[in-house]
Amino acid sequence: MNGVLRPLLALAAATVVAAAPDEKRSGYDFAGPEIRAMQDDDTANPGNLWVLQGETLWGKRAGAADRSCADCHGDAQVSMKGVAARYPAFDAALRRPIDLEQRINQCRTEHQKAEPLSWESDELLGVSAFLARQSRGLPITVSASPESSPFLDLGGKLFEQREGQLNLACSQCHDENWGKRLAGNLIPQGHPTGYPVYRLEWQSLGSLQRRLRNCMTGVRAEPFEFGAPQAVALELYLMERARGMPMDAPAVRP
Amino acid sequence: MARVLINFPQRAKRGDIIEIKTLIQHPMETGYRLDNKGAAIPRDIINCFTCAYNGDEVFRIELFPAISANPFIAFSTVATESGELVFSWTDDHGQTQTETRQITVE
Amino acid sequence: MTKFIRQLIGEAPLEPGKVKLELPSIVENGNTVPLTVSIDSPMTEADHVESIHIFNQKNPQPFVAAVHLGPRAGKAYIATRIRLADSQRIVAIARLSDGSFRSGSADVIVTLAACTEQ
Repeated sequence: MNGVLRPLLALAAATVVAAAPDEKRSGYDFAGPEIRAMQDDDTANPGNLWVLQGETLWGKRAGAADRSCADCHGDAQVSMKGVAARYPAFDAALRRPIDLEQRINQCRTEHQKAEPLSWESDELLGVSAFLARQSRGLPITVSASPESSPFLDLGGKLFEQREGQLNLACSQCHDENWGKRLAGNLIPQGHPTGYPVYRLEWQSLGSLQRRLRNCMTGVRAEPFEFGAPQAVALELYLMERARGMPMDAPAVRP
Repeated sequence: MARVLINFPQRAKRGDIIEIKTLIQHPMETGYRLDNKGAAIPRDIINCFTCAYNGDEVFRIELFPAISANPFIAFSTVATESGELVFSWTDDHGQTQTETRQITVE
Repeated sequence: MTKFIRQLIGEAPLEPGKVKLELPSIVENGNTVPLTVSIDSPMTEADHVESIHIFNQKNPQPFVAAVHLGPRAGKAYIATRIRLADSQRIVAIARLSDGSFRSGSADVIVTLAACTEQ
């Protein structure tokens, strides 16, 4: 891990000036009225099917330690309030930021002594949706700190770096051309306020990393592996760029 | 057991027309998608949904592959008396999942 | 699509009117398109909608859904979400308790999503 990170961090040593949009607008504002209606109605929002699943898993004992999330954390509505809004967070022991899914799996392996949940599995999406739901309406609180700065810089560098056969950078669509159309959809600013998101294209709930992989495939670049340090650095950058915006997970998007 | 969300007013006045909203987790595989090797992924959908009110069927819908994944179905019924609403979803394998909810009618 | 509609209604005339079929005119994603059918009917024992049949024009098969109602419905109403493979016309046909048929239709433009997995 260090062997990969060190040269990347050296690349990102120069401070990156983020050109985030002056007025921050959520993806919700760029979606049409039907999609917004679907998101707002708790019975019609398909993301809530995963929230339900997460709620069940929260109380289910697992692993060699035979413990459930609830055994340590009690009522999620209390203990998990605001948690999703501050991830990715810096992990002191690992000396790097980790995202919410990685944190969930850290609890699973270290405290429940259970197998980690696979990326994009219904179970992991369920728990992450359930947790994100507890931050609904709360502002994103991910912010720069001395430890996270190098990773934020890396994320920013990745955001502004041209990639793929189409040779496009994230910033070209999401900083410079938001509000314009791309294949029938309005280009949003790229704030991850609603993750994990029910993307109509997937007909399923999915994580931010899955969406970023889609963007990269979209410009014909090789997408990051799930959990890759660059992927988490980019997530960190995106959440910091969106700081202060209210979370609206699980969101519905085209 | 697939996850289900059901919403309707649990208390109503006799004669009121109430709206019932349901959502069930199901991929509704159309049978037209191809896998990596080019073979068609077999059709696997919920093909019928019914609502019975104290034993009487008050609503039935036959679904086809054109219905989206995680089918959302909203319909209305007259609140006639207190009792049980039984919702049933049947799939292509002949399996039925049932959810029961109470309604109080004054 | 017309052939299947004929199979349903036989020789009976199809009168437009009373059937309100609501769909967005431009759709952001063809995978999940909200659709609502409401029919102007008193829904009494003597005069009600027995069934609503929804057809599409360009999907691999013409049927979307068949809804069975009765006076206990209170309102002739159904809302669901459908898949549309391409821009096309959707038709909703109501069979009334007197054996007659009414129809309503809507034209939908389906656009493609940006940045997919393929």
